[in-house]
Amino acid sequence: MAVETSDRPAPSSGPDLAPILKDAGVTALIAGALTIPLFGFRLVSLGTGQGIGLEQRWGLVAISVLAVFVGRIALTVWLERRRTGRRSAASEGWSLKRYARPLLSGTAYVVAGMAFCWPWLPFVDRWLLDLAILVLTYVMLGWGLNIVVGLAGLLDLGYVAFYAVGAYSYALLALNFDLSFWQCLPLAGAFAAFFGIVLGFPVLRLRGDYLAIVTLGFGEIIRIILLNWYDVTKGPDGLSGIPRPSFFGLPFKRNPPDGVTSFHQFFGLEYAPIQRIIFLYYVILVLALITNFFTLRIRKLPVGRAWEALREDEIACRSLGINARNTKLTAFSIGAMFAGFGGSFFATRQGFISPESFTFIESAIILAIVVLGGMGSQLGVVLAAVFLLGMTEFFRELEHFRMLAFGAGMVAIMVWRPRGLLAHREPTVRLNGPPGADYGRRSP
Amino acid sequence: MQEASVIPSGAEALLSVQHLTMRFGGLVAIDDVSFAAGNGEITAIIGPNGAGKTTVFNCLTGFYSPSVGRLALRREGRDFLLERMEGYRIAQKAGVARTFQNIRLFPQMSVLENLLVAQHNVLMRASGMTVLGLLGFASYRRAEQAAIDKARYWLDQVGLTENADIDAGNLPYGAQRKLEIARAMCTEPALLCLDEPAAGLNPTESLELNELLLFIRNQHKIGILLIEHDMSVVMEISDHIIVLDYGRKISDGTPAHVRNDPAVIRAYLGEDEDDQLPPEVVADLAMDKGGDAPAS
Repeated sequence: MAVETSDRPAPSSGPDLAPILKDAGVTALIAGALTIPLFGFRLVSLGTGQGIGLEQRWGLVAISVLAVFVGRIALTVWLERRRTGRRSAASEGWSLKRYARPLLSGTAYVVAGMAFCWPWLPFVDRWLLDLAILVLTYVMLGWGLNIVVGLAGLLDLGYVAFYAVGAYSYALLALNFDLSFWQCLPLAGAFAAFFGIVLGFPVLRLRGDYLAIVTLGFGEIIRIILLNWYDVTKGPDGLSGIPRPSFFGLPFKRNPPDGVTSFHQFFGLEYAPIQRIIFLYYVILVLALITNFFTLRIRKLPVGRAWEALREDEIACRSLGINARNTKLTAFSIGAMFAGFGGSFFATRQGFISPESFTFIESAIILAIVVLGGMGSQLGVVLAAVFLLGMTEFFRELEHFRMLAFGAGMVAIMVWRPRGLLAHREPTVRLNGPPGADYGRRSP
Repeated sequence: MQEASVIPSGAEALLSVQHLTMRFGGLVAIDDVSFAAGNGEITAIIGPNGAGKTTVFNCLTGFYSPSVGRLALRREGRDFLLERMEGYRIAQKAGVARTFQNIRLFPQMSVLENLLVAQHNVLMRASGMTVLGLLGFASYRRAEQAAIDKARYWLDQVGLTENADIDAGNLPYGAQRKLEIARAMCTEPALLCLDEPAAGLNPTESLELNELLLFIRNQHKIGILLIEHDMSVVMEISDHIIVLDYGRKISDGTPAHVRNDPAVIRAYLGEDEDDQLPPEVVADLAMDKGGDAPAS
């Protein structure tokens, strides 16, 4: 069989049928021999005092034998395909790479289109909309962390600390100073970025594992401060009654206070709670897209290239006159800023925050999204966030075991795609135009 | 010590190193070394393994701060004291670029990107510390185009234009060495420090390297400081050679002078054992052998 397939020019005509059928037949025979005693007979009570008898279940045997037969054929064909497929993929490797870019940007447009239409799709209910908001929050955080981890290569295990700073900044400013969401958003981002600089300044001279441990500690410090500084943060009780965002001054309320027009009154709509959810959805979508465009753009600027160069080799960067500390600090604080934006969105969506929401597991999930998505890949972050969060939500009925599904999903990605879902890196600038027929490794 | 820092050709001194000493705990890696490197010349530092050549480079480029000594670089009429500057500023302000013994490229970035990272400081200024670049100002786009043109110039010089868009890590070894030199040149240095650029190159590539270094010296009029074991490279292209052994300078001069210096020959080929032993020991040995009284 191996000889036959290797002589064949293309794997389009399927493998030879006779040996496969024979092989499947033998397997089915073995299955039959096993299942007849296992499934074929069953002891049944014939009724009180009448003893027991044998029930014959040939139907079940037939089903299992058939299943094994079909399954065996499918397995053989799949293995064969994979074997020949590998070979042809190796020869077509370059052409595949040539299509990577249009394929990726195509997928990106489809995903973006889906995201814009999502609240209006017929099958989307309240639950799916809430899930989408959650996924988008993580996508935004993932994109923010991608700057730090994916581009600059700084392993940050305490990213959630900046998320918490953003959330508490918004909550405290709104509750104590009566500022609106849109006024607080830039302030929250600025506070988070400031914390990023404060932490980063002493810490960023550390590398790799050491940096990871210090950031992990920082994340915990922030959480413990929030937990214990009762006068300001209300400790474990959390902050409640955080104002909801308004639609440019129009609140989403059934009965707005006197003198205030609410959203549904202004637009002459029937009041529905879903309006606020849809608005929140678009807020986080826009915030996430801003993060994305910012990252895509800054990647092509000198500072973005310097981040990537620092990830690759810090010593070489120093020898080229790049101030490594300041460059890392910009990555760290910009990443923190986006976490701050995400945090204030989280606070306004929930209306209630407590230190419970900012545990290490959140940092771990965001980092998992970035790593599984493929470090530095924007689309990969989206796919990984949808995959990981979608999966845990869909397996919600499994209760405790859903974390098992989460782990299994991560293991599966690591087995299939050890460098993340989308590990392809597109250069920020090209000299010889987009990859075409001329695209090849040619030694000089 | 005064005549020790003389440049044989009489060229203007670009770099002058005075009494450089580097100790690591009790180990003295460089012991009171002084030399000068001329502008527009290729100065080679040679010596057996462990002589302290790379340590000199690391002091010059700010990776180590020397225990004692002054490292002065004269660029456009200004003097920079390298021993007092932070590592990245030496490259940025004083214009000292270097390559590494074990190549340090940015392997997952494209060849062109490697050369653009080298022009970071120029581009950073042009992008208005990122703000103008983010807003897409035309002045930044022009600066980036100029940077790409400069990168293309150096790619043409090292013959890598065809491969500009592939990852630097995928280049063959010899091409990576050349790319590292091109990257260093993109920083517009006053002094280019090359740490064993010919290591691992085949004879053809070695020859191309010679031509490239001569081209850089002749066309760009910068000083080149070269550590090299490959004598065909060193003797062929150097204007001035400094020989180190066990952290001390043992010879300094033109290639012809160094080639015939007995101290250099001794360092490279070893010396007669008898010469090295103190006279008492020689006498004792003679007593053991024959029992006669030692001759003098």
